[in-house]
Amino acid sequence: MELEKYFRIEKLPHIWCPGCGHGSVMMSIVKGIDKAGWDPTKVVVVSGIGCSSRAPGYMNFNTLHTVHGRPIAFATGIKLANPELKVIVITGDGDGAAIGGNHLIHACRRNIGINVVLFNNQIYGMTSGQYSPMTPQGSMATTSPYGNIEPPFDLCELTRSAGANFVARGTVYHLPKLDNYMEKAFAREGFSYVEAISQCPTYYGRRNKLRSPLEMLEWQKKNAVDIKKAQDMDPEELKGKIVTGIFAEKDEEEYTSKYDQLISSVQGGKK
Amino acid sequence: MQGNEACVEGALDAGVTFYAGYPITPSSEIAEDFAAKLPRVGGKFIQMEDEIASMAAVVGASLAGEKAVTATSGPGFSLKQEIIGFAGMIEAPCVVMNVQRAGPSTGLPTSPAQGDVMQARWGTHGDHPALVLCPSSVADAYLLSFQAVNWAERFRTPVILLLDETIGHLRERVILPRKDEMVIANRKQPQGSPESFQPYDILDEDLIPPLPPYGSGFRFHTTGLYHDETGFPSNRPEVTHRLLERLHQKIDKYKETLFLYETYGLRQANQLIISYGASARSAKAAWRIAREKGLLVGLLILKTIWPFPEEIVTQVGHDKNNIVVAEMNRGQLIGEVERVMDKRIPVRGAQRADGVLITPEQILAKLEGVN
Amino acid sequence: MPKKGNVYINENWCKGCEICATFCPKKILGLRGDGKMEVMDPENCIACNQCVLRCPDYAIKVEVIDNNE
Repeated sequence: MELEKYFRIEKLPHIWCPGCGHGSVMMSIVKGIDKAGWDPTKVVVVSGIGCSSRAPGYMNFNTLHTVHGRPIAFATGIKLANPELKVIVITGDGDGAAIGGNHLIHACRRNIGINVVLFNNQIYGMTSGQYSPMTPQGSMATTSPYGNIEPPFDLCELTRSAGANFVARGTVYHLPKLDNYMEKAFAREGFSYVEAISQCPTYYGRRNKLRSPLEMLEWQKKNAVDIKKAQDMDPEELKGKIVTGIFAEKDEEEYTSKYDQLISSVQGGKK
Repeated sequence: MQGNEACVEGALDAGVTFYAGYPITPSSEIAEDFAAKLPRVGGKFIQMEDEIASMAAVVGASLAGEKAVTATSGPGFSLKQEIIGFAGMIEAPCVVMNVQRAGPSTGLPTSPAQGDVMQARWGTHGDHPALVLCPSSVADAYLLSFQAVNWAERFRTPVILLLDETIGHLRERVILPRKDEMVIANRKQPQGSPESFQPYDILDEDLIPPLPPYGSGFRFHTTGLYHDETGFPSNRPEVTHRLLERLHQKIDKYKETLFLYETYGLRQANQLIISYGASARSAKAAWRIAREKGLLVGLLILKTIWPFPEEIVTQVGHDKNNIVVAEMNRGQLIGEVERVMDKRIPVRGAQRADGVLITPEQILAKLEGVN
Repeated sequence: MPKKGNVYINENWCKGCEICATFCPKKILGLRGDGKMEVMDPENCIACNQCVLRCPDYAIKVEVIDNNE
């Protein structure tokens, strides 16, 4: 795959810190688009605010960097306005799980054809290291100087329950698998959610005894548990683990196609 | 026809094809009417999960090429502010209808008020321009809704249609203009090739860049950060200055064509009533009574309140010896009139903010020579 | 014959995070004094592309050497 085909080469190198996993996740998305064979002029990439949300600036599609927490709502307007467009949302654990959590579950419920990719680095990086709703319990952050007492969200369980057609979680360590989830997500009609565990060496790692990007990748390797294996483990064993794999693969009818049918029937009824 | 319904008709006649909203009194009829009518013309309606999402969906649809509208009331208008500012910054055409109710907070959901005049001007953060229209009849609601959509498209900006509960729920007989008399405006499209396209390159005298829809082959980046002509972020002071000034200039340049107003009995008048929205109806009644009493009173009804029609107010008001500003708040637009008159002429407020329509008597009481 | 490769590092994009070096099965990559990665042992590259796959900054290219030449 030629970088030039999908990236705004003149904008690289990207702004992310040395060893940040976001570059790997962005590449995984682009590989997925390439596999899907989508016409780049028909692809819209929407993001909110945060480190992950800077990705669209480097990607040579129709790209929209919006406000904090709302990219899925913008994407809903875009997709409904023109269902032919392929709409990808890039969000983070702050943007997507905290301020934007409500939009996420409603987009799942509607099962609108938007592909959400959540870069989960388990911290607010852009604002330099506050805890997020996906920061592991016990972790240190600038706003949890005595350790985080809040349990993290499991957004894969949440999006599956809320009605998404496709849900998966991968890690930057297990990149080929992540590429595979992107490919599957983009091939499926309806709403998809792919969560990529990414590493933030600067604001998460350094405060949590993971002193280098390599240690953070090791942490991903050590703690990832495949969903099939996880089914035979009890909750106590699964504490602090990252369950990876495909959580949902369904073929429920997509929202904009239902809306198009509604238009046909309303207009038909008039005639 | 009802005021809220007239807003829908005006917007549809201007070519609106997309509505996203969230239920809120007293604007819900607008959503209900769009929900019924849009699919009939192949348009899209969606009830979003909240006010903020509605505003976001409208901006998204606008970028995808649709003429897009949302409607709300006070509390919802507050929630939408951040994205109204975003729409202004990225220059996404869209219309926000705010049917004002008595605030602050939940206030009086079914009572009239004009407490959002300053929020419509300054609600979103930063030093932005604002284009705000205020209907004072059902016919106005139709015409100004049509105009709001046209101006949103032409100037690539959010336009606020500021109604109040009285006008929104008012039913009166209206004669709508013939459709072939209405001129529809559409956003400008690029002339060159996608390869050479720069989304914020200003090539025309009107200072407004073209906006191709997503999917048309023109790929570009859009951000709420300060950006240069390429659309990419820049924090260079000259880029920041140039963008902010242009956002203002593109509207200021055409300001005089944007001032919509009505005047009554100005000849020989030595006193003036200024009003807008539902208050203007009471103001008109007060003006009529005053004339019957033989007082030389003129009336100025503002339809455009932002940008504030300074030149019109000066021209009409400069030779008066008493100006009464009638509004349903504790004094919002009166500050602008006072600023323009600069203490040369006494300016008095006829104000009411208790959820009840201001009466002609209240306005009359502020005129000189009424006994 | 085993595969051979030439590794090219785009120094403008490399941030010296050392992820490539960790995943290189032949350990031919190392961090230079100026904070950029360098190929220390070019002869031993087996063109496995792990460094290309793993570099989060897209700074590495591997050219497979044609053994039939």
